[in-house]
Amino acid sequence: MNILLFGIAKDIVGQSQLYFSEGEDAPSTVLELKKKISEKYPEFRKLTSLAIAVNSEYAEDHVSLNGFDEIAVIPPVSGG
Amino acid sequence: MNKERYLRQITLKGFGSAGQQKLKEAKVLVVGAGGLGVPVLTYLNAMGVGKIGIVDNDVVTLTNLHRQVLYAENDVGKSKALVAAQKLKAQNSDSELIVYNTYLTKENVLEFVRNFDFVVDATDNFPTRYLINDACVILNKPFIYGALHGYEGQVSVFNFEGGPTYRCLFPTMPKENELPNCNEHGVLGIIPGIIGNLQALEVVKLIAGLGTMLSGKLLIYNGLDQSCQKIKFYAKPENLKIKELQNFYEWYEPCTIYETVAAADLSKLLANNAQIVDVRSFKEYKAYHLEKTLHIPIDELESNLSMIDFQQPVYLLCQSGKRSERALNLLKKQHKGKGLFSILGGLNQYLAICS
Repeated sequence: MNILLFGIAKDIVGQSQLYFSEGEDAPSTVLELKKKISEKYPEFRKLTSLAIAVNSEYAEDHVSLNGFDEIAVIPPVSGG
Repeated sequence: MNKERYLRQITLKGFGSAGQQKLKEAKVLVVGAGGLGVPVLTYLNAMGVGKIGIVDNDVVTLTNLHRQVLYAENDVGKSKALVAAQKLKAQNSDSELIVYNTYLTKENVLEFVRNFDFVVDATDNFPTRYLINDACVILNKPFIYGALHGYEGQVSVFNFEGGPTYRCLFPTMPKENELPNCNEHGVLGIIPGIIGNLQALEVVKLIAGLGTMLSGKLLIYNGLDQSCQKIKFYAKPENLKIKELQNFYEWYEPCTIYETVAAADLSKLLANNAQIVDVRSFKEYKAYHLEKTLHIPIDELESNLSMIDFQQPVYLLCQSGKRSERALNLLKKQHKGKGLFSILGGLNQYLAICS
């Protein structure tokens, strides 16, 4: 499962993509994905809003994920 | 209208005289005359938008110049909104420019927005973005959003013909210090230029009825690999039903007041007789201080406010930049002057690079 990271998500993880191998490790819903990222990278816990897109479409927490989905983690950005 | 002036875009199929006439009749409010606002203002004004409002209460600093290309070295210390209006007037004498030399606040936002057809969110902080969002929903005005993070930017058109709003994407405002701003995180000069121009294009399309709007789509631009992602998202009905502003836009203090100035700029500030307040202790000040600085130890700051001229920018200085930041937080609670700045890295940094 390939996850594209944007904004501060990229800075927290230190790279622009994140992989979850198939099987037990891979989250099955958007909510699970958020939990897994926060466990692995605790700095995500302080983010109030975090948008997740699945196959270029905004996805609510209940949306299920599979290995072929292209997932994007999009935090808000404020600079101008 | 001088047709010759706009001939190259009037000639353009799909735009024509009708498009030019629509630009002339359009009224656009641009909130923020910084990194994003500068390209937005410059192009809208050059292309013939009839009435442009500029909201900004910031002053030009040396650290703005690499990305805010409308401003010159001799503009440092002057009001952005006023300087911008002056330069835009020289660029196109036909346009009507309305200067709001103030921050956008809960008190003035509805009055300002009401006078325009569209709003451009060219701000640099979350509280103002949520304020613009809510005001535009209340008054049913579309707004064109742009924001930056490092080498990346986001663009979208919100509240357009029943389409989604900023809150449909990010429902809750981030807390203070949760995410870094351009001052802390840094920004490559050209990135706001690109994002601001994308916003300006959406404004022009919106006015002239061209193409497809970025409504319900968030465009994410990455300058490092020149890639664009478009994320579809949908309106959540509750976000379109906002009828009044919230009582409190949490930590509503535009982060322009938190602006920092690089220690390397201190020599220039000194040469320009800028108001520099040294907030270190008496002992430290006695041991070493820069000429022409005002000394008020941080512990005595609040009881000596009258010593500071808040009509002028206030540059706060200490040894390492920590106390000046604290001093800035103290002052910002009490004053909304011409701008408060903390000198990053303080005297340590200044002495390391300038002596």
